[in-house]
Amino acid sequence: MLPAPTTKVKGVSEDVPSFSRINRDEPTLVVDHLSVRYGDLVAVDAVSFSAYAGQVTAVLGPNGAGKTSTIEVCEGLRRASSGQVRVLGFDPTKDHRALANEMGVMLQEGGIYPGARPIDVVRQYCGLYGSGKNQYADPHELIDLVGLTDRQKTPWRRLSGGEKQRLSLALALASQPRMIFLDEPTSGVDVNGRTTIREIIRRLADQGVTVILATHELDEAEKICDRVIIFDKGKVLVEGTLDDVRKARRTVRLRTVRPLILDDMPDNLAGWLVEDAPCDYSIEDAPQGLVAALAVWLSERGVDVVELRTGMASLEDVFKKLTGGAS
Amino acid sequence: MKVSSSPFRAQLRAELQILARNGEQLLLTLIIPVMLLVFFGTTDVLPTGFDDHMDFLTPGIIALAIMSSSMVSLGIATGFERSYKVLKRLGVTPLGRPRWLAAKIVTVLLMQIVQLVILIPVALLLDWQSGNAQWLLAIGAVATGSIAFAGLGLFIAGRLRAEINLAAQNGLYLLLLLLGGMVVPFDELPAPVAAVAKCLPSGALADVLRDALVGQADRPGTSWIVLGIWAVVTPLLAARTFRWE
Repeated sequence: MLPAPTTKVKGVSEDVPSFSRINRDEPTLVVDHLSVRYGDLVAVDAVSFSAYAGQVTAVLGPNGAGKTSTIEVCEGLRRASSGQVRVLGFDPTKDHRALANEMGVMLQEGGIYPGARPIDVVRQYCGLYGSGKNQYADPHELIDLVGLTDRQKTPWRRLSGGEKQRLSLALALASQPRMIFLDEPTSGVDVNGRTTIREIIRRLADQGVTVILATHELDEAEKICDRVIIFDKGKVLVEGTLDDVRKARRTVRLRTVRPLILDDMPDNLAGWLVEDAPCDYSIEDAPQGLVAALAVWLSERGVDVVELRTGMASLEDVFKKLTGGAS
Repeated sequence: MKVSSSPFRAQLRAELQILARNGEQLLLTLIIPVMLLVFFGTTDVLPTGFDDHMDFLTPGIIALAIMSSSMVSLGIATGFERSYKVLKRLGVTPLGRPRWLAAKIVTVLLMQIVQLVILIPVALLLDWQSGNAQWLLAIGAVATGSIAFAGLGLFIAGRLRAEINLAAQNGLYLLLLLLGGMVVPFDELPAPVAAVAKCLPSGALADVLRDALVGQADRPGTSWIVLGIWAVVTPLLAARTFRWE
């Protein structure tokens, strides 16, 4: 049984400024024309974006889109071929030690010796972040926070996939971070675990931490992120707040009692309406006035309408549209 | 709860915990050397060519123990840490490579102290006479041999996949155990094998330890040079070729 989320994420430094005092206009992560090449392969092609304190920024993209290479440069694990990166004002390579003290990282998988016990690993990581901190994160509090108290002495190799993810999150919190990179944090996690992880992430942001969330799980990202960056083929396709990205793709949904005869449609409507299923139609990126024209045409024809709805596209719709359906 | 008060101590504690829980490594570094010392020390099956076969056996088994802790144990553990992305994960902490390496070195040193604390009394119980031993010289030999073997172990671990590394380290251990001049004398090996064995760190370490502990070495000066070269070359090779993930 997972514990109820606390009002404060205990692994997070007490020194973190309150949400109201965070400067949301100054980016804490700045990626400027970053390129990463592996031989002839250009994995990341002159990308630029920013992330801000107190926000969850979701980094999305299909496999091989360049997001992992970009994040590894930000973490100081990989060198940039060209371009600049600043994380909390630090150069991730030159100022690695100073940045590492302020940064939490959750790898997508692994990172822990299979025979190690959760409590021992968390205690080790709390000790690794000891220098320069007023106080250590408490290993037992972190274990409790991620709901592993009953499994704290079970070797890592015997934990379930979700428990391994939660332990990895606890290690990321051991630094009491101001910036945290989370790679697929809910992958393989059950429903209760997802809720706990989501609440921890949200509270981290509320306490002023900059959260960078790389994920394939678009519905999870949509639930917790404030900003979205979509990668594909080494480039950033779109960057902005979640609402801006979704608003940019307005959709229309139409359901009717009987199938429409699309050939009868006037020219200004023809071609926009897509038949998803019998009596179920949609329009993406509807231009101004199209919905009104459609409503008039339906009325004139006496079509029985079950539903005619306009709204923002889901993040998944936007993602599929931009990346050609890859995931 | 007690949290280690520095990154180095936190890492050292973790290294020692992993070592203590790893039964295979304890078998390799402690149990096998003790078993070999007791078996060959209580039987007369080994044609050592020495008046007292314990004078041949004790330095040889110490050399074997040093090889097992510095090369095999360190190499296998590091190979798996690469494979499990433990090193990558540590790379985004403030630990840093120097402190990681220091924790590894201290772990090996502590293990070697335990090895010597067990092996030397066992040898004495088996009537080894340590009166001629030059302990400082022996410590120098152990330190130089450790560096050479650790470099070799990390060189192998830094390039191969974990499972292949495991097989390679164990295979090399067995090969050097039998043909490396530690347990089987050079004179008993086929001439070409003996010539190669004398150039290996195993044979050189056993020889300089025989010089230091019983004053009966085959060619101590040459062996010191051979061991010294290995102690310079293998760490450099490891440092140049090691892949962290």
